[in-house]
Amino acid sequence: MSLMGSLFGRSPIRPMQQHMRAAVACAREVLPLFEDMAAGKPKRIASRRREIDRLEHEADRIKNEIRSHLPRRLFMPVERRDMLDILDHQDSIADVAQDIAGLADQRAMVVPGDLREPLLDLVRRVIAACDQAERVVNELDKLLETGFRGPGVARVEEMIGELSRIESDTDELAERVQRRLFDMEGELGVSTVFWYQMINWVADLADYAERVGNRLRLLIAS
Amino acid sequence: MEALWEIPPTVWIAGGLALYMAWAIGANDVANAMGTSVGSGALTLRRAVVVAGVLEFCGAFFVGGHVTDTVRKGILDASLVQASPDLLLQGMLGALAAAATLLLLATRVGLPISTTHAIVGAIVGFGAVGLGLDAVIWSKVGQIAASWVTSPLMGGVLGFLIFHLVRHLVLDRANPFEAAQRVGPYFFFAVFFVIGLVTLFKGLKHLDLDYDLPGALLRATAVGLAGGALGRVFLTRVKARAGKGHDVRFVDVERVFAVLQILTASAVAFAHGSNDVANAIGPLAAIVNVAQGAELAGKAAVAPWMLAVGGLGIVLGLSTWGYRVMETIGRKITELTPSRGFSAELAAALTIVVASRAGIPVSTTHILVGAVLGVGAARGIGALDLRVVGRILVSWVATLPIAAALSVFFFYFFKGLLSP
Repeated sequence: MSLMGSLFGRSPIRPMQQHMRAAVACAREVLPLFEDMAAGKPKRIASRRREIDRLEHEADRIKNEIRSHLPRRLFMPVERRDMLDILDHQDSIADVAQDIAGLADQRAMVVPGDLREPLLDLVRRVIAACDQAERVVNELDKLLETGFRGPGVARVEEMIGELSRIESDTDELAERVQRRLFDMEGELGVSTVFWYQMINWVADLADYAERVGNRLRLLIAS
Repeated sequence: MEALWEIPPTVWIAGGLALYMAWAIGANDVANAMGTSVGSGALTLRRAVVVAGVLEFCGAFFVGGHVTDTVRKGILDASLVQASPDLLLQGMLGALAAAATLLLLATRVGLPISTTHAIVGAIVGFGAVGLGLDAVIWSKVGQIAASWVTSPLMGGVLGFLIFHLVRHLVLDRANPFEAAQRVGPYFFFAVFFVIGLVTLFKGLKHLDLDYDLPGALLRATAVGLAGGALGRVFLTRVKARAGKGHDVRFVDVERVFAVLQILTASAVAFAHGSNDVANAIGPLAAIVNVAQGAELAGKAAVAPWMLAVGGLGIVLGLSTWGYRVMETIGRKITELTPSRGFSAELAAALTIVVASRAGIPVSTTHILVGAVLGVGAARGIGALDLRVVGRILVSWVATLPIAAALSVFFFYFFKGLLSP
């Protein structure tokens, strides 16, 4: 093999974007899942769960592929450590979505009437955060094209700022749902604990999305 | 030149070996220089072969004499050599045979070795053993060896700077497509000017065209302006395929750079021919001189026909085998987009052409690798495999002693064969 031929490694950027697409696809499935839970359709919930499982496996496969093709000897425009951290956060989005679907299916949970509106509002906003994070990750290849400089950087930083704002919204919405939940504690009984867990997980999705953005901000600046 | 049957057999052997060396250079090394353009899609394989063939030949024929002179008589002490011309003849034959054998073996095993390192190692090996340690001009050898470190470094620094320049002048702009078309002709000017200057300034002695610096500067400027105008014509022919999106715009920008990359790939081919032809022709020139009984310091030592033979050998190697290597490399390095390929090749071409002009045999592949790493250091390339640096170090350490040892062996072989 000639020297020039062995000089080029495989850039992880496109696989990272593929992984994010799969992870956010998991998160996006959470909205129809909650709609089915609100409508009380346990069979549909099971099939939603299978779909989320499938997407999560796909994300896992891409993640392992990236890890095995990211040896230390690769010289990249981004820190290897940063890349692996972002990958972990992206993967957490898929994992948490899987946990949510798992609990929903196992306990055959039906959303109580008063919780319905604020909970679906929260889920929608959380997914908006994940979508925004995916858009940010999708800018990575263009940032590489300009060598991580120029007007593209400012634009991505603005997008990350927007992501942070959406994440703050989800904090407020989660707070609201939880207050409503505790108001209903007497009538829900032990289910309260599981709903509390569920709401936290949903909010976690937005947290991980924000962490992806924050880590990317560091990566661009370095 | 005398009639064919009057040519002594040693010259026939030397000519055959030199042709094989030139063939090997064309078969293996040219692909490294041009494969980047094939990989980025700037040139189709067929066009790359044609462009490389023409420019390798031009480089070898017009500027190849300087390095050939160094290989012919710069490494070994001429006064010591003159006392024993037969030994020089046998030694140079041995060096050619050693380098050719090493190349053949290395290609078989799939090890990337530099023809430059092989031939220099072989000449030093024969000189030190066959003629004695004093016969080797160690200061010159040291200078050449140092250039094997400094030239890839220079390629790297230039690659880093040129990519920063490209980013500043083009990629960072509000309208990078227009910026690329506006700036492009200046790059054309620069490349044509530098190559023109290198070629014209005492470069064409063997064609009886010898310009002093002012004359060469003037003509090089004219060549540069012509190149700039040519560039303008080609670059404005690239039309934006519309589309306002950020993505689409960069696709268009890269299409402009694809044109610029053809320019720099040609420059690399020219520079490569000018430097590497010496690896084949240097020893041949020395042998022919001895065989013809000419004085070693004689003026018309490197005859145009020798450079032409070397150039033809390279083209032959390229067209019989090199195109396949080029295709393989092109498939492997799609990560290198035209803007990056342009930056790296421009850096490499400038470095090689300067080294050729100074008469220093350098490894063009190592310089190109250095230039690509420089662009990578400027955060320009997705992923570079640093194992390649280790492979270069290994090839430095291994090629020189093996070539030297082989050369000593072949020296005694030819000594036994040719001595009465």
